Amino acid sequence: MFGVAALALLVTLALVLARAALGPTVFDRVQAANTVGTVAVLLLAVIGFLTGRPEFLDLAITYGLLNVIGTIAVLKFFRYGDPGAPGEPEESGER
Amino acid sequence: MSLVVDILSWGLLLAGGFFCIVGGVGLVRMPDFYTRMHAASVTDTLGVGFVLAGLMLQAGLTLVTVKLFFIGVLVFFTSPTATHALTRAAMIRGVEPLLADDKEAPSKP
Repeated sequence: MFGVAALALLVTLALVLARAALGPTVFDRVQAANTVGTVAVLLLAVIGFLTGRPEFLDLAITYGLLNVIGTIAVLKFFRYGDPGAPGEPEESGER
Repeated sequence: MSLVVDILSWGLLLAGGFFCIVGGVGLVRMPDFYTRMHAASVTDTLGVGFVLAGLMLQAGLTLVTVKLFFIGVLVFFTSPTATHALTRAAMIRGVEPLLADDKEAPSKP
């Protein structure tokens, strides 16, 4: 049964990779990369159960942490052209 | 009793795989960037939730369940954050929604 779940996750990965290859804008590709990260976390967890090695869950946690940081960094680059940009000013309540 | 838990966790795993595929199909088929993001959130919420719940039932009350729970919490908090940042960046860079009315000025993101 873990095999079926892993197969479903692999099909999802193929579909998401198709979107990453097609995607007209860069944001489509970033979204696809983010979804690939989420599905990869699930796939790592399922493979850990499939092979009876729960150490894979630690890899899944690490991958999940790296995934969101990577997404935010790439987004900041494509928004401002510089990953070290200060960002936008804080919105105050008066405006 | 063990059989009941097994059947329940198989059902949850199958449901999780189904919703992951639904999200993937939506990501390919949807016509617009914003609707595609909507489809991808299915994978991030229902797919992750069902698959992790099924694995938790298989693991029982061990450290593995705690790790699975932490993965769930991680995805629960980071996925909406990434989606929000992505949509905001796309709005600022001028990606138009498909059904946006051209006559009105685009709303400020």
